[in-house]
Amino acid sequence: MSVLIFIELDNGVIKKTSLEAILYGSKVAEKTGGEATVLAFGSADSSELEKAGHYGATKVLHASGEKLNHENSLAYADALVQAVNQEQSKVIIISKSGLGDAVAARAAAKLKAGVVSGVTELPEINGSFKVTRSIYTGKAFATTEIKSDIKILVVKKNAVEIDENALSTVQAVVEAFSPNLRDSDFKATVTNVEKAASELSLTEADIIVSGGRGMKSPDQWQPLLDLASALGAATGCSKPVSDLDWRPHHEHIGQTGIKVAPNLYIACGISGAIQHLAGVNGSKCIVVINKDPEAPFFKAADYGIVGDVFEILPKLTEAARNLK
Amino acid sequence: MKILVCITNVPDTTAKITFTDNDTKLNKNGVQYIIGPYDDYALARGVELKEQSGGTLTVLHVGEADADPQIRKALAIGADDAIRINADPLDSYFTASQIAHVAKQNNYDLILMGRESIDFNSGVVHGLVGEMLEIPSYSPVMKLEINGTTATIAREIDGGKETLTVSLPLVLGCQEPIAEWKIPNMRGIMTARTKPLQVLEPVSVDEMTTPGKYALPAPKGACKMIPADEAATLIKLLQTEAKVL
Ligand SMILES: Cc1cc2nc3c(=O)[nH]c(=O)nc-3n(C[C@H](O)[C@H](O)[C@H](O)COP(=O)(O)OP(=O)(O)OC[C@H]3O[C@@H](n4cnc5c(N)ncnc54)[C@H](O)[C@@H]3O)c2cc1C
Repeated sequence: MSVLIFIELDNGVIKKTSLEAILYGSKVAEKTGGEATVLAFGSADSSELEKAGHYGATKVLHASGEKLNHENSLAYADALVQAVNQEQSKVIIISKSGLGDAVAARAAAKLKAGVVSGVTELPEINGSFKVTRSIYTGKAFATTEIKSDIKILVVKKNAVEIDENALSTVQAVVEAFSPNLRDSDFKATVTNVEKAASELSLTEADIIVSGGRGMKSPDQWQPLLDLASALGAATGCSKPVSDLDWRPHHEHIGQTGIKVAPNLYIACGISGAIQHLAGVNGSKCIVVINKDPEAPFFKAADYGIVGDVFEILPKLTEAARNLK
Repeated sequence: MKILVCITNVPDTTAKITFTDNDTKLNKNGVQYIIGPYDDYALARGVELKEQSGGTLTVLHVGEADADPQIRKALAIGADDAIRINADPLDSYFTASQIAHVAKQNNYDLILMGRESIDFNSGVVHGLVGEMLEIPSYSPVMKLEINGTTATIAREIDGGKETLTVSLPLVLGCQEPIAEWKIPNMRGIMTARTKPLQVLEPVSVDEMTTPGKYALPAPKGACKMIPADEAATLIKLLQTEAKVL
């Protein structure tokens, strides 16, 4: 089956979650005797896009141009459908994000394709095409058979593991791709973009240090930021913390905030309410620091320290600095 | 302005999830159902906009009769009338097709819903509906102002937020802090009883997916406790034992 993988770039660099999507798509192509083609939008050097080959893709369709630099799910979905028709793709792989879901949804309606979002494993293909996905915000899994001719899979972080040592040295062929763009996809005027350029994005981060109401006040965040910087981690928070404006809203993790799946999640002064856990249960390893030994978060943790965050954080930061 | 708010009927966020019938059905025993929290934000903002502009607000649910108490709650919060498409929705494509069908007949200016349902977490229904109606869709929307036929939207993007203006009609997936959740008052609850709730049969849709079995995650191992005065050893363990540093 010919597989098409939609990827996202961050300042011309392929996002890590998109590299996983390429690897995932290539494995599906390999299983079914097809080729994996990548579709990328916006400015990027060919040398960066060629890297898709290391993850198994043979070709990259690169749609560049001023109009496509800014994320636009309407135009991207239109272009994706044109790429699907050109390549006769049967499976479309997209990594899960706000943009990914939007592109998947609009493309699914255009192609009359079944779409499953939140896929956690490689599909089971033998006569039928079955996928496993996360449901109830990580509390359970469901298997679903996709019956439509064209299938769209929106894949969660960590659905496949990238083994840096097992990557090939092959480079993908980069081809310019010029979709027909419709004026109707460009009707919105973007008036403002606020993006913390220096910050690591939470959905991409391998390590997250997160704070709750136990951090006491916004001006006491420094010890947490210090640990994050010593570990090269992104920072997150619980809902009350962002509700109180102690931290920006885009750091809010949980049921009603961002769902994260880092290798390491360090929770500082967060009680571990079920709605918070719903956003972090995809993490590989969870560390909880809380002064209350009965805090529910310990039940979901791999490592725990009972104690005062303000005493413990500096010790961890020091130890982390000594690592390097 | 004509507003449509689509709501899901989902297990409460604290519900314990288990399955029955050989892992093919959710065990509803003891599970309390609520309006999806994201949909609840959409509804709250919809009611505010309706009150400002003097328009109408219809609430739509695709699902079975056990959702009626949640639909009545939406009416009590401020929706004028309700439509329930009487079907057990199979997947996002089915649900979106039903919503699009209702929307085509009624020409809404604004279709609001949550960014995702908290049962299947797909986050694709707004995009599907937008495309089926050939109008723009945006998600997750954190702020929404309407001025005449122009909407100003702030939405979350990776690591930040973006503000844009675009003309109606639109489909939007909402999240906080677009509005505060509203709690129905006594008067609302009384008037909701007599507000119209139309039950319609679904239109037929090609079957895109077939649900299979459900499974629960493997139980978590015990938490390893580290004494507070040996906190630094945690970093070592993370490196050598958990291998995450
Ligand atoms: C529908 C719904 C959706 C929700 N969605 C979310 C969501 O997405 N994300 C989310 O986070 N919450 C969400 N919540 C809220 C959630 O229920 C909890 O209220 C919230 O997570 C609690 O945040 P917290 O742990 O920071 O604060 P608290 O519950 O107040 O906990 C603070 C913790 O810090 C500890 N502590 C205090 N001082 C110290 C110290 N000096 N050192 C160490 N530990 C200390 C305390 O022991 C306590 O455990 C939602 C709630 C509802 C109803």
